[in-house]
Amino acid sequence: METDRLIEGLAADLRPVSPGVVSRRIALTALVGGAVALVVVLSWLGLRQDLAAAVTGPMFWMKAGYAAVLGVAGFWCAERLARPAASPRRAAALGLLALMVMGGLGAATLMAAEPSERAAVWLGHSWRRCPVNILALSLPTLAAALWAMRRLAPTRLRLAGAAAGLFAGGVGATVYGLHCTETSPMFLATWYSLGMALSAGLGALVGPWALRWR
Amino acid sequence: MAFHEVEQRLKALMLRAQAGDGQAWRELLTLLSARLAVYFRRRLGADLADEADDLVQETLLAVHGRRMTYDPSQPFTAWAYAVARYKLIDHWRRRRVRRHVPLDEVAETLWAEADGGAEAAADLDRLLGDLPARQEQLVRGVKIEGLSLAEAGARFGMTEGAAKVSLHRALKALMAKVGARGD
Repeated sequence: METDRLIEGLAADLRPVSPGVVSRRIALTALVGGAVALVVVLSWLGLRQDLAAAVTGPMFWMKAGYAAVLGVAGFWCAERLARPAASPRRAAALGLLALMVMGGLGAATLMAAEPSERAAVWLGHSWRRCPVNILALSLPTLAAALWAMRRLAPTRLRLAGAAAGLFAGGVGATVYGLHCTETSPMFLATWYSLGMALSAGLGALVGPWALRWR
Repeated sequence: MAFHEVEQRLKALMLRAQAGDGQAWRELLTLLSARLAVYFRRRLGADLADEADDLVQETLLAVHGRRMTYDPSQPFTAWAYAVARYKLIDHWRRRRVRRHVPLDEVAETLWAEADGGAEAAADLDRLLGDLPARQEQLVRGVKIEGLSLAEAGARFGMTEGAAKVSLHRALKALMAKVGARGD
């Protein structure tokens, strides 16, 4: 029977599966996409002028840390959603927790500021550009991650696309920190989050098409 | 065979296959293909049996090509069921048929259905119940659970050859009984 021949062929073709291959394939896309984003920052947006001084302060690292934790949450979600029947719940909870911590911190600093200063603390000087720039910097990782995940086995394509987008958004936002000079947690909690959410939304939008098994 | 025993057995085969054991993979895919055939046929209807067979093969290919996504901390049956369900939905999408496959449908269905209806099981129990206990267990072991002759024989301390002879006698007796009923 045809099916039996198929099974014989597949059994003959079998090679051992290396443990951790799913994580490696997805993580590798962050290296590729992050490198492209870095080139964009270096050649187009430009590094922040005070980078050498900034890296000695806490705010630079808070930005990098926030973006990286959301990127890790997205990675973890994507790693789960690249497998049939695995649950991304705990991974999503990590992302939500990070958002709540930064939101709480941001709200506290906003309350502590003078009422007349609050708009400036919240909007900074780059709130219009920040989310769009983060989205742009996340695109290379998003494309690479979707490509890698399509060869794995996502079964909930919209959700898996959103996870890839959050992952890519985290990578993009981390790299964007090399350009951005904003210093307020409320700015981070709003505009960085929005940039990563745009990336996640784009992933969800294209997921059903981009992740369909070929 | 109870659901958790199916799970245990298939998972053990999967883990061996992940390590590169082609024999285990052949065995697992063979067991899987029978269950998949029932699963797809039931959902596509009798008039689409050809498509069901295509889907079985497509699903086996997907299970093979994407086997690295199986996480040993998951139940194997849930993983395989999710692959089959994806293939079924994809099939409907390609045919532009919209149908609802409940998300919370438990993995057990794939395996429970394949084990046949309750009626058939009762008939089988009645038939096998008339055999000597050892022969009954041999038939169940080899023909239903899918053990090898050697494995089934080992349960009763029999050699593979002795198990083969005994199984042959049991099947002959069963055939005679079914034939007699038919008359």
